[in-house]
Amino acid sequence: MSSGYNKPIPVPTPESDVFWEKTKQHELWIQKCLNCNKPFFYPRMNCPNCLSDNLEWFKTTGLGTLYSYMINHRPVPGFEEDAPYAIAIVQLDEGPRMMTNIVGIENTPENLILDMKLKVVFDDVSDEIAIPKWEPV
Amino acid sequence: MDSLRYKAAIVGASETTELGSIPDKTAFQLHVDASVNAINDCGIDKNEIDGIATTMSPAALAHYLGIVPKWIDNTQVGGTSFLVHVRHAAAAIASGLCETVLVAMAESGRNRVGEQTARIGDVASTPGGRRDSSFPGQFESIYGVAGPTTQFGMGVLRYMKETGLTHEQLASVPVAQRKWANKVPRAMYRDIITIEDVINSRIICYPFHLLECCLVTDGGGALIITSADRAKDFPTKPVYVIGTGESVESPIISQMYDMTTSAAFKTSSKKAFEEAGVTHDDVDHLMVYDAFAHLPIYGLEDLGFVKRGEAGSFIEEGNTSPGGKLPMNTNGGGLSYTHSGMYGMYAIQESVRQVRGEAAHQVDGVKTSFCQGVGGMFMAAGSLVFTNEEPHR
Ligand SMILES: [Zn+2]
Repeated sequence: MSSGYNKPIPVPTPESDVFWEKTKQHELWIQKCLNCNKPFFYPRMNCPNCLSDNLEWFKTTGLGTLYSYMINHRPVPGFEEDAPYAIAIVQLDEGPRMMTNIVGIENTPENLILDMKLKVVFDDVSDEIAIPKWEPV
Repeated sequence: MDSLRYKAAIVGASETTELGSIPDKTAFQLHVDASVNAINDCGIDKNEIDGIATTMSPAALAHYLGIVPKWIDNTQVGGTSFLVHVRHAAAAIASGLCETVLVAMAESGRNRVGEQTARIGDVASTPGGRRDSSFPGQFESIYGVAGPTTQFGMGVLRYMKETGLTHEQLASVPVAQRKWANKVPRAMYRDIITIEDVINSRIICYPFHLLECCLVTDGGGALIITSADRAKDFPTKPVYVIGTGESVESPIISQMYDMTTSAAFKTSSKKAFEEAGVTHDDVDHLMVYDAFAHLPIYGLEDLGFVKRGEAGSFIEEGNTSPGGKLPMNTNGGGLSYTHSGMYGMYAIQESVRQVRGEAAHQVDGVKTSFCQGVGGMFMAAGSLVFTNEEPHR
């Protein structure tokens, strides 16, 4: 939120601008294919299952589970205050997986149990960008 | 040409003169050092080299060596690139595009002599935050990743939950490999270690302890490859290429199809086994690129040497250690021998030494060696099967 944000900042592209426009509104949207009906992430012009370009963005439930993680003890610049911090993979209830950080709970092996239920929250890192993170339900 | 089986052989092979910490040479110089060593290993006239494969500029290396090649390959898919180069070189030789190929690799991974970029894992601080529109920049870097150490093992806890692999079994990987390195003078770490030593070493990125992460070194290696027919003209024992494979999966690890198995390993190794016409029981010696302790576990399963969930106990019980039925990573691997960043060339070099019968920690009676490489973080794979058995005519 502050101007002193020193972590990496994503720059939207023509493929991903909807994703980042929606996170700014604190909603998690991904794409699905209207030809084969499969949801997918990361943002693409064509369905990775059937290559159709008949796609649609939709709002996810914002719910998921903890698929896997690592806990980094050697922070990269900007993350010094957070270490040790988990870099995690969340599996959305809709199916696709994405990388994330886990917030709202101390990041220890004892606390972070695989398949625990998570819900998305948003970190407003600037006026333009909100980064999705996940916390225990 | 329906197969690359017995079409080509490695006749020259050498690593850089020094290995480990080489503060007085650039990566380019190390490429040249390794290339000259490989040329001298087989005594070839350098003007007979008419193909060059490398991840650096092929023009820069060719010009430095005074060679104008008929064939080049600049495939760069990370640390397995050199296994892929050998495959492509065998295909080029078999189809008459060229006769003799130099494959060269080197890095100043530790001292970064002449390098513009920081050591792997070091990320420069940018006030206000780095802004990045790449896929990894948008969807991974923002969460504090720092290269392979913080990402390559992302599927390990998932693998543990699904298969029952224990932390002790994961720790048994560096323990087994150190037993090999113990008799390898060029290995950076040679002292025997225990599972307790591994578990008690500091956590780098959970679940990895220090001793479950590869070294960071300087060094390189080079190979001279020619047709199987011509291999007999050289003084070295021919190392025939009989099976080859390659594949790619995902450019970013969070988007692997299944983070507990490598689709590229499976595709690449299956092709290599089919081409070689050998079974797993025919393999006397195995190299699996080990940037981190889980890679030999994934490798044993994805290559089909053991069933899913069995690799941890297989290693823990000593099957891959000296005296075991499947000697693996016999130079000590990236965990004990050396790892300058793209380890695949060192895995090939150890396969060649074992098949020639001249390794520092030689396995008795090696005829057939399987060499498995990984590129990026399960991004790419390359597989090679070597033998010293003469083709049946
Ligand atoms: Zn589709």
